Amino acid sequence: MSFETNFWNNWNFWNDWNSVYELRMLEVEDLRVAYGELLALQGVSLTIRPGEMVALVGPNGAGKSTLLKTISGLLAPRAGAIRWQDKIITAASPQRIVEHGIALVPEGRRLFAAMTVRENLELGAFTERAQKEKRAQMERVFTLFPRLFERQRQTAGSLSGGEQQMLALGRALMGLPRLLLLDEPSLGLAPKIVESIFVILAELHRDGMSLLIVEQNVHAVLTLVQRAYILEGGRIVGEGDGKKLLEDDHIRAAYLGPLARGAR
Amino acid sequence: MILTQQLILGLLVGGLYGLAAAGLSLTFGVLRVLNVAHGELLMLGGYGTFWLFTLWKIDPFVSLLAVAPAMFVLGLLLYWALFQFVVKAHEDTRIKNSLLIGFGLTLVLHALAIRLWTADERAVTTAYAGAVLRLGGLAIPWLRLSSLVFAFGILTALHLFLAKARWGRAIRATAEDWEAAALMGIPVGKTYLLAFALGTALAGIAGGLVSVSYAISPSIGLEWTLKALVVIVLAGLGSLFGSFAGGIILGLAEAMSVVFVGGPYREVVGLILFLIVLVVRPQGLFGARS
Repeated sequence: MSFETNFWNNWNFWNDWNSVYELRMLEVEDLRVAYGELLALQGVSLTIRPGEMVALVGPNGAGKSTLLKTISGLLAPRAGAIRWQDKIITAASPQRIVEHGIALVPEGRRLFAAMTVRENLELGAFTERAQKEKRAQMERVFTLFPRLFERQRQTAGSLSGGEQQMLALGRALMGLPRLLLLDEPSLGLAPKIVESIFVILAELHRDGMSLLIVEQNVHAVLTLVQRAYILEGGRIVGEGDGKKLLEDDHIRAAYLGPLARGAR
Repeated sequence: MILTQQLILGLLVGGLYGLAAAGLSLTFGVLRVLNVAHGELLMLGGYGTFWLFTLWKIDPFVSLLAVAPAMFVLGLLLYWALFQFVVKAHEDTRIKNSLLIGFGLTLVLHALAIRLWTADERAVTTAYAGAVLRLGGLAIPWLRLSSLVFAFGILTALHLFLAKARWGRAIRATAEDWEAAALMGIPVGKTYLLAFALGTALAGIAGGLVSVSYAISPSIGLEWTLKALVVIVLAGLGSLFGSFAGGIILGLAEAMSVVFVGGPYREVVGLILFLIVLVVRPQGLFGARS
């Protein structure tokens, strides 16, 4: 099956599904974001439904991080709209967006390295909404990541790469998100640790969390998610079922490389 | 004996250097803005204490309870009127813009103080001003000793606030990575405002203590800004007690220079230390950041 037919089949399928349920949690519409003169996103539209796990893949510089930062309120778009449960949140501050229940686990983790693991988690629950649930939520995070419980008094900077990613994830969960945005959660981690992180993501998804995952590790993430978008040059050039995209010739050639063909 | 006596006096004045530096270090570390009018804010705090004492006979250590909140409010106003526009700029241009605004503020406050209170030197002279603690052959002025203890107490309280309180932690998080802090739902603008107001209050308290043990005049601002800058370079950013220790080191170094080189060279010693630390250990003696 060619990329084109695959793409349109899936598009129709999802369109029907959508019209039946009319459930849109996050809706990004014709989003344009620029750094000075350089247009990083040239009209991006995508939808995430409640409880859905979606991947966003694409080459370096395609605008994946830009999209996540714009949804989180760190960047202001030039045009377009972001809707969250049919409310416009396009120009909202990062603080408001966290309060709405959207959390970003940023690229490179961005932990407060000089502070302890526990302090990092407590800062994750800064909003009024999360403050009330802080104790219970910390229990949940420690159940999810027993390593963090063991190391709660250590500084975040002294953790290993995998533990830091767990802390970044746990810190975002402390804000009681309903949609989790992840920017390259596997970056710089050993395969075994990547696997355990992905297991956790699947677990969160099973418990009803919506996730949008940006990943370089295309094969692993497409196996994990239900649906994926392909972003190239600031435009969405494809969308479809994760496992079907794995079979797609364009995807295989562009993102999986010759090794992936035979081995997987 | 003269050396020990001088060292004790150096230690006592060093505590105030540390307090002045802690305020500047807080605003610099959190907002990435260098407020060169910090010394003028200190001067204002000094006048506040002086007038409360002169007009209503309020004990300086009591009047600080009023001066500190008043300076806190002044800090809120200054941030709202001036510095909020500086932090909106990209981090690279913040320092430059803050220098311009800071120097402007320096000139305004200096001129205003001369206008209102003349250029005369003033000092708070309490009934217990001359009291001295005699230890062997050494004389330790009670007032300066209490000032040192007071300064240490204030820094301890602020340290506890930054370490334990929700907003204190928000300030530390913002200092470390403001974007990550914003992603936690921390209103970065409000933490900037709070940090700036706290820095201003610290300057005011330091000024009050200066007016009690030393003297104030409209022109002391620059001297104190320089001392605070030297201490920040000496100690590095990020630790209040580091600033305090750095201040004491500067005080001791100045005291030694008085004994070995002579009084007029006191100011030079600070600048020489400044240069040595910049060359040998640019992140400061207690600074972790490289």
